[in-house]
Amino acid sequence: MITLTKIFSYTGLLLTILPSLLVFANMISLDTAKIIMLVGTIVWFIFTPSWMNKNS
Amino acid sequence: MFKEKLLGQLNSVEEYERTPIPQNKLKGWKSFIGMYAGEHTAGTEFVIGPLFVAHGVGASDLILGLLFGNLLAVLSWAFICGPIAVKYRITLYYLLEKICGKKLSVVYNVINALMFCFLAGSMIAVSTTAVGIPFDMIMPSLTDWLPNSVGWVVAVLIIGFVTTIVAMFGYNQVSKFANIAAPWMILVFIAAAIAVLPELGVTSIGDFWEVAKTKIWNGVPLEGQSQFTFWHVLFFGWFVNMAMHIGMADLSILRYAKKWYYGFASATGMYVGHYIAWLASGILYSLFLMESSNSIEFAPGPVAYRAAGIAGALCVIIAGWTTANPTIYRAGLALQNIKPEWKTWKVTAVVGLITTTAAIFPALVMRLLEFVALYGLILMPMGAIILMDTYIIPKINLKQNYAETFKKSFNAAAAISWALTLFSCLLLNIYFGIEIFFLGLPGWFIASLVYVVSSKFIQRNLTDLKGAAI
Repeated sequence: MITLTKIFSYTGLLLTILPSLLVFANMISLDTAKIIMLVGTIVWFIFTPSWMNKNS
Repeated sequence: MFKEKLLGQLNSVEEYERTPIPQNKLKGWKSFIGMYAGEHTAGTEFVIGPLFVAHGVGASDLILGLLFGNLLAVLSWAFICGPIAVKYRITLYYLLEKICGKKLSVVYNVINALMFCFLAGSMIAVSTTAVGIPFDMIMPSLTDWLPNSVGWVVAVLIIGFVTTIVAMFGYNQVSKFANIAAPWMILVFIAAAIAVLPELGVTSIGDFWEVAKTKIWNGVPLEGQSQFTFWHVLFFGWFVNMAMHIGMADLSILRYAKKWYYGFASATGMYVGHYIAWLASGILYSLFLMESSNSIEFAPGPVAYRAAGIAGALCVIIAGWTTANPTIYRAGLALQNIKPEWKTWKVTAVVGLITTTAAIFPALVMRLLEFVALYGLILMPMGAIILMDTYIIPKINLKQNYAETFKKSFNAAAAISWALTLFSCLLLNIYFGIEIFFLGLPGWFIASLVYVVSSKFIQRNLTDLKGAAI
């Protein structure tokens, strides 16, 4: 379960950074990138608190 | 029922203010990596990076200055603060009380707490520029010192309130939140900068250096701003957290470390926060200057929003928040040491109130570079005193922990050292024109030398008196 949650979390991070690279490569617009980054942000903050800090 | 539960939880916050941290409460690498990365990827990074641009730093001066300046900062944490933190495992404030005595400690603690409040206040102010975006709030400009709208004041109060509530629940809550937010914040900084590069004229990696030299860090200061060089960047990078490493304020944090070398964890904060984030925010600001024809408006929130949308604005809010939290916590510890029976959460609430009041004034943001340099300089001499007391004083047959050993409430040697250092730095500034960013280094040597010499003199007198009494 935690592994699955971590996958969702890291997907959130990927959605945060990847769009900017696609903008740089002229593959998507900046406006589209902003929406994807927001989705990534929401995903990260929904899934991460359930596993991060559990081992420390 | 809820009220009782809440009070119970608040009262149970135990931060070991006057006892060494027990073994089972020590923290591993992860806590410090997250803490430092989160704390130094802060709201203020959205201010410092742009201010370097405003001060006309050249691209190579910035890249190299930050490389070496941050390295010196990490080494200061690792070799100066870390070993003393794990040796004693007590807060800076309790250690100062043992060395300097209760009276001098109270003076130090009040000044320290106020400095922390102002610093946290600047972070809250930065967050506020993002909160105000949907309300079309009038943003402050480089020349503003006073609040320029009611909306600004209300937004500051809301952010300050929430920040204080989180800080009231202690270090654990702060650490957890910083851990969660840190990786995401860093990526938003990087993503925002990459996303606007094409608009600055960078369409391939090969274009970057040319654009960096000519458009972003072109070496020309904005009107009314002084010229920064490699040395400004190096010393600023090293001393921006001088109060925390050389000044030893991070004894309060690193005392939780299992090993002394956890001070190296500060590298995450320095190279991610104080390197990548400063570069990234500088890039964002240069785009803003280009589009606004060098407008003097200075609002990190809208600048981040322009580049990364809502995620960017959230990043500014959270970056300010995660840094304001531990800063308020530190200020609380400083004040609590004056009267240890005060509950941590109550002290933190008072500190939060002062911080929020300070945040109302945009001057804290506009003169941030000078303020952080001054804040480090004022608090640094006590770090030098602690270092001398730990390593040099016993070697010259003097007693460590003067106040505790001789049951004194005031250590004149420490007071002389502190006052003479600051006075000397003032003279260096006025008569030799040495800028505030460079004063920390000569100041540290003055503080160390004066403390050792005056301790020798004062403790000799004490020994003589003891001998005469016998």
